Amino acid sequence: MDLSYTDEERAFQAEVRTFLAEKLPKAMSEKVRLGSGLTKEDLEEWHSILNARGWLAQNWPSEFGGAEWDAVQRHIFEEEASLANAPRIVPFGLAMLAPVLQKFGSKEQCDRWLPRILDGSDWWCQGYSEPGAGSDLASLKTRAVREGDHYIVNGQKTWTTLGQYANMIFCLVRTNTEVKNQEGISFLLIDMDTPGIEVRPIILLDGTHEVNEVWFTDVKVPVENLVGEEDKGWTYAKYLLTHERANIAGVGSSNAGLEAVKRMAKAEMSGGKPLSENPHFAARVAQVEIDLMAMSLSNLRIISKAAKGGAPGLEASMLKISGTVIRQEINDLARRAAGMYALPFASEAVEGSNQPELGPEHSRPVAEQYFNNRKISIFGGSNEVQREIIAKTTLGRMQ
Amino acid sequence: MNFELTEERQMLQDSLRRFLRDRYDVPTRNAILESESGMSSDIWNQLAELGVLGALFTEEDGGFGGKGFDIAVVFEELGRAGVVEPILETCILGGGLIAALGNETQNGLLESIIGGETRLALAHSEPRARYDLNRVETRCEGGKLNGHKTMSLGAPNADHIIISARESGAVDDKEGISLFLVPVSDLELRSTPMMGGGMAADIWLENVVVTEEMRLGPVGSALPYLETVYAAAITANCAQTLGAMETATRLTTEYLQTRKQFGRPIGTFQALAHRLADMFVELEQARSAVIGVAGYLEADPKLRDKHASMAKNLMGRIGRLIGEESIQMHGGIAMTQEYELAHIAKRIIMADHLFGDVDYHLERFIAMSAA
Ligand SMILES: Cc1cc2nc3c(=O)[nH]c(=O)nc-3n(C[C@H](O)[C@H](O)[C@H](O)COP(=O)(O)OP(=O)(O)OC[C@H]3O[C@@H](n4cnc5c(N)ncnc54)[C@H](O)[C@@H]3O)c2cc1C
Repeated sequence: MDLSYTDEERAFQAEVRTFLAEKLPKAMSEKVRLGSGLTKEDLEEWHSILNARGWLAQNWPSEFGGAEWDAVQRHIFEEEASLANAPRIVPFGLAMLAPVLQKFGSKEQCDRWLPRILDGSDWWCQGYSEPGAGSDLASLKTRAVREGDHYIVNGQKTWTTLGQYANMIFCLVRTNTEVKNQEGISFLLIDMDTPGIEVRPIILLDGTHEVNEVWFTDVKVPVENLVGEEDKGWTYAKYLLTHERANIAGVGSSNAGLEAVKRMAKAEMSGGKPLSENPHFAARVAQVEIDLMAMSLSNLRIISKAAKGGAPGLEASMLKISGTVIRQEINDLARRAAGMYALPFASEAVEGSNQPELGPEHSRPVAEQYFNNRKISIFGGSNEVQREIIAKTTLGRMQ
Repeated sequence: MNFELTEERQMLQDSLRRFLRDRYDVPTRNAILESESGMSSDIWNQLAELGVLGALFTEEDGGFGGKGFDIAVVFEELGRAGVVEPILETCILGGGLIAALGNETQNGLLESIIGGETRLALAHSEPRARYDLNRVETRCEGGKLNGHKTMSLGAPNADHIIISARESGAVDDKEGISLFLVPVSDLELRSTPMMGGGMAADIWLENVVVTEEMRLGPVGSALPYLETVYAAAITANCAQTLGAMETATRLTTEYLQTRKQFGRPIGTFQALAHRLADMFVELEQARSAVIGVAGYLEADPKLRDKHASMAKNLMGRIGRLIGEESIQMHGGIAMTQEYELAHIAKRIIMADHLFGDVDYHLERFIAMSAA
C-alpha cells in the first residue's frame, strides 16, 4: 500500500494546476465561487479553452481526439478544477453520448457527431425520464414508429437538464410494445429543430430554470439516427449509466464546498467571536470533514481499481450514496453558517429582486444551493434505488 | 390536565382552516409569492375581518385572545396553508411591544392593527449580532439614530417600524437598549424577498432624528420586553412550522399512495413506508413541543424560555428531517417551484433561520438547564 501519487501523477497534477492558473478566466471562477449562474456562453467558452489544450474529451480514446486519461488522472483534474472554481464540464455529449457512439455507433455516426461535440457545434441533452418513467425507466412510453426512411416520434420527456440550450437530444424511445419493457426500447438521436418538438421550462424550487419538458408530436427522425440495433437501446442506456456514474462521489465539489464553509465560519460572528470558534459549529464541520476524508480514500481505492481495469459495480452505488449525503451535509452547514442571511431569495422568477441582495457575498447562494442540491440524491439513480442494488447483490450472495 | 382546545379556539381553528382552504389555494399563493410586495392586502383585510388578528391580542388590548394557545392555534393554520403575510411581524413582534410598552397615543395603534389598517415591523437584528438579542451596536445619541439594522422582517410592508438602539453601555450589555416607534416614511429601506416567502429589509440609520414622542417604553430597559415578544414569536414560528409539517406529511402520504413505479404504488416499498412512519412519529414530538411552548408562554421567564428553546431546537431538527424526507420521497416533482410541497418545504427549513436556530437554542438550553 502506498497512499501517495506516483511521480508521473504528481507531474500531471502540477501541469493541471499551471493550466488552471493560466487559462481559467477570473470572471468565470468568480461566478462559480459566488454561486451565481453560468450562462451558456460561459460553459461554451470553458469547453473551448479545454478543447484547445486537448483536455475536453478526457475519457475518449485518442483515435477520436480524446485525452485518454486514466481514472486517477481524471480524479486529479476534477479535484484541481473544483478547488480552482472551474465550471463543470457539461456531461451530456462528452461523457454520456460519446462513449455509447464509440462502442455501439456506426463509423458514419462517430465521424459525424463526435467532432461536433468537441468543437461545440452541438449541445446535447438527455431524453430518458418521462412523467411516468423515473426510477422505473424501462416503463417509458414515448413511441417511435418506423415509416419508410423515418421514425415518427410521439410522447413526452421531462426533467431534461439544459434542454433550453440544446440543439440535439438523445432519447430512449419505445419501438416495440409486444415484448418485455426492456426489450422494446431504442436509442435515437433527434435534432431539436425538427417540427413537432416543443420545449417547456420547469422552474425549480430555488428559482432556477435548469430543467425542461420536451414534447414530441409526429416528429420525423431519419433512420440513420438510430444508434446500434432497433430494440437494443436498453443495453446502450445501461452502458451510458455506468459512465454517468463515473466521478459520482463528487470529492472535488465536496472539498471545495467544505473549504467555503470554513472561510464563512471565520468571517461570521457568533456570541462576539468567529463562528469557527463556536464548539457546536466546529464539531459539525469536523464531523463532515472526517466523513469526507474517509470517502476520499474509498474513492481513490475504487478509482485505482478501475484504472487497473476492474469494473466498479456495487462500489459506484456506495459512492453515490456517501458522496451525495456528504455533499448535502456541507450544503446544510453552509446555510447554518449564513444565519439569517440565508433568508434572502434572489430569483429570476420573483419580480423586483434584481437589486443587490442583503448580507455578505458568501451567504448569497447558500439556501438556493441547499435546496437545489436535494436533486443529487434523486437523479442518476436515486439513493433508494442504489440501496436496492446493494441490498439485492449482497443478500443474493448470502443465499 | 386538559389537552382539549376551548370551544372558542376550536371555532377559530375551524373557520380559519376553512377560509384558507377556500381563499388561499396554491395558485393564489404562488401568485402572491411572485408579486412585487410579496403579500396580498386583500387577504390581510379578510383575515382582520375574520378576527384572526384580534385573536392575537388580549381583551384589555382590544382583542379576544393573546395567550400562548391562541397564538398556537392561529399560526398552526397559517403554517398549514403556507401563508406568507407578515402577521407575526405585525401582531406578535410589533403589536406585542406596543401592547406591553405603549403610551396612550401609541396604544391607539392597536385598534388599527387589529382592524387591518396598520402594519408594523421590528428592526432589531444587526449584522454582527447573529441571533443574540442583547448585542446592539446601533446608537441613539442626542436624539439621533446611527447604525445598521438588518433583515427586519416584514419591514417593506410596514407603516411603522420599531427600532432598537443603545443609549448606554457596551455592545453586549443587557442594560441600555431603548426602542423607538418610527414612521416608515422617515427611513430608507433596502428590501429583499425571502426564500420561504415574505419580505425583509435592511435599514441604514444615518442621523435619523427621533423625538421623545417616538420613544416606546422606558429608557435603556427594553431587553426583557424583547425577550418576551421573542418567546411569543418562537411560539408562533414553531406552530407555523408544525402546520407546514402536517401539510408536508399529508402530501407525502398522498403521493406514496398514488405514484406508481414498477407497477405498484411507491408506498408499498418498505424503504419508503418506514420513513413515512418516522415522519409521523416525529410530527407527534413536534406537536408536543408546540403545546409546551404555548402552555408556558405566560409562565415566569426562566421556565418560559427553557420551553421556547426546547421547542425551537426540536422544531429545527424535525423540520429538517420532514422537509428533506418529503422532498426525497417525492422524487423530481418536489423540486419544482409550482408543486405545493416546494413552498411548504422551504418554509419549514427557513424557519430555522428565524429567532435563533437549532444550535443557538441548544446552547441557550444548556445554559438554562445547567443553571
Ligand atoms: C434537477 C433534475 C435534473 C434531471 N435531469 C435529467 C436529465 O437531464 N435527463 C433525464 O432523462 N432525467 C433527468 N432527471 C430525472 C431523474 O433521473 C429522475 O428524477 C429520477 O430517475 C427519479 O425519478 P422520479 O423523479 O420520477 O421519481 P420516482 O421514480 O417516482 O421516485 C419517487 C420516490 O420513490 C423512490 N423509489 C422508486 N422506486 C423505488 C423502489 N423500488 N424502492 C424504494 N424506493 C423507490 C425514489 O427513490 C423516490 O424517493 C433529472 C431530475 C432532476 C430532479
